[in-house]
Amino acid sequence: MQEKTGIEQPSVNVLKMFRRERRRGDFVFAVAMLVFSLFLLASFPSQTTRAEFTAWSAQPTLWPAIAVIGMVIFAVLNLLGSVMSPRIPGRLKELRVWLGFTEFAGWFIVYVLLVPVLGYLPMSLLMAVALFWRSGYRSRKMLGFAVLMGLGTVLLFKTGLRVNVPGGAVYEWLPAGLRNFLIVYF
Amino acid sequence: MEHLLPAFELLLQPAVIVALLIGSVGGVVIGAIPGVGPAVAIAILLPTTFIFEPLVGLSLLLGIYGSSMYGGALPAILMNTPGTAVNALTTYDGYPLTRKGQAQRALGLAYSASFFGAVVSIISLVVLMPVLAKVAPMFGSREIFLAALFGIILMILTHRGQVFAAGMMTCFGILLNTVGMEPINYTQRFTFGQSWLSSGVNLVVVVLGLFALSQAFLLLSGSDKHVEPQKISGSVFSAMREFWQHKRVAAVSSGAGVGIGIIPGVGEFVSQFVAYSYASRTSKTPEQFGKGAPEGLIASEAANNSVPAAALIPLLALGVPGESLTAMMLAVFYVHNVVPGPQLLTGQMDFVIALYLALLFLNIVALLFLLGSTKTLIRVINIPNRIVGTMVLLFSFVGVYSLRNSLTDCLIATGFGLFGAILKRLNIPIVPIILGMVLGGIMEAKFRSAMTRIQSPFDLFDRPISAVLIIAIVGLLLMALRTAAQHYRRHCT
Repeated sequence: MQEKTGIEQPSVNVLKMFRRERRRGDFVFAVAMLVFSLFLLASFPSQTTRAEFTAWSAQPTLWPAIAVIGMVIFAVLNLLGSVMSPRIPGRLKELRVWLGFTEFAGWFIVYVLLVPVLGYLPMSLLMAVALFWRSGYRSRKMLGFAVLMGLGTVLLFKTGLRVNVPGGAVYEWLPAGLRNFLIVYF
Repeated sequence: MEHLLPAFELLLQPAVIVALLIGSVGGVVIGAIPGVGPAVAIAILLPTTFIFEPLVGLSLLLGIYGSSMYGGALPAILMNTPGTAVNALTTYDGYPLTRKGQAQRALGLAYSASFFGAVVSIISLVVLMPVLAKVAPMFGSREIFLAALFGIILMILTHRGQVFAAGMMTCFGILLNTVGMEPINYTQRFTFGQSWLSSGVNLVVVVLGLFALSQAFLLLSGSDKHVEPQKISGSVFSAMREFWQHKRVAAVSSGAGVGIGIIPGVGEFVSQFVAYSYASRTSKTPEQFGKGAPEGLIASEAANNSVPAAALIPLLALGVPGESLTAMMLAVFYVHNVVPGPQLLTGQMDFVIALYLALLFLNIVALLFLLGSTKTLIRVINIPNRIVGTMVLLFSFVGVYSLRNSLTDCLIATGFGLFGAILKRLNIPIVPIILGMVLGGIMEAKFRSAMTRIQSPFDLFDRPISAVLIIAIVGLLLMALRTAAQHYRRHCT
């Protein structure tokens, strides 16, 4: 027994060096990153092409190779660190939090898809009010503030700074003068 | 002196002055709102600045960059919540002073130290500029490659406890930069047959996703925490007079900020900790540190505010950004065909001096604005998280969509937003992805061009700067190994 402990001790001690701060979901993320890195490594031959008559230093494969091999090495070490560090329970709870982010990613995508249809001003007003409502700010005062926020955003960026956001398709149904005005400023 | 008057002429353009005013005031307000920070604001505003002249666009972004730390000190001192990440150390001594009923004193010391740090760094760099203008042309391709490599290694190693994650993210950033059509041999790299990946992954889209959208998702899915800030009364001016009693700490901290800020990849955090530990070591009352020591507050604020001017040096002199915010500014340079590097210092010194004068001006504006508006800003600090999240989401749309009106860009940014939110939850650093993207591109181009003139590895040592950089890189790696060995001896045996 003594002998066995004596043999195992140095390697176990070396692994202890990898201990670090670990948060909920760290192991899941470390595994996912390693899988992703290995996928990139496996895809490397099909996703890069060596150039003929070109020095190694100018090969188009050089820097992707450095990046992918680096990712795999660091991902392995990161996973080792995760395994060796004290675990904080709550992995599933954390995954639910991550999934929760997708709801707001969805809101953003809807905003992006509807701006070219309904127009920047109407969509910004709708979005601000809807997000305030969703966040629990449903009083008249707060919804009024949301309207001001949407309007202020459009006035600042489109009317003021003239950023490149196209007018909405629905503007086409409006009288010519108003349509042009809305397309340019809102 | 010969460059000073033309620099003033550049600076006194109405558009530049307006941009500086908006940037400085906006930066203070943005810095004061916990959960926003300069990175989010700069990421959002980046595409909108492309329509302006380079100096106007850069003045706006510099205004936010340089003044946000002033604002960030406010919630750090009054609520124990740093407005920006670099104000975290300010909470150590700022908040205890507030709890002792000395909030005005803490704010006065913080404002004075911030202003002092900024002015010292700007003046020292303007004075040093002629020297830099002589040294910068000595940097050829191999030196710039080695400087970028040094910056990347240093950045990874400074993420103590997260070195492997930082390394992984840096490599991911380098990979992102290689995606698309390779510009010399026209071969596809990691496009998976998708046409939308052929043109590569846009840096601004990634920045907007990782910094702005991720923050919006986090704020919107979190809960609103209401922390009542302490009431403040009286005047900050007596504390500003008290600041002079600690001018030695302020000077050394500013020096640390300048010296460390110049090194690519390090930035505000390291300079703050160096300054703070110096102040603690040399204090007559070290036991007060963390309990409301004025020297601690001064060290932290002077060091972090002296970094922005210094961090511009590697960007302007070599084209190598030291951290994420200067990496974003590099995008503004590129859009306007202003190529930072040795040629900029030798050929457009007026422009460079104008940037530093702009920094000086914005610091004055930020200080004056704070002195007149502290009590009003306390209301801004208390805006609920989810309302801030809504605002960031609305603003992010402008940033991503106005770039090219591309739905694909928006989808990529959303993907990086989700990824960034998860990284933030796990406390895994995001900045290495951005620096990997930017420095990876620089390293690839410079390595390729340097290697055409190198016959053997010994050729790397035949130029003094490249020899020094190689020794510095080897020294850095040896130091990291030594630290790991010490850690092993102390904790694992």
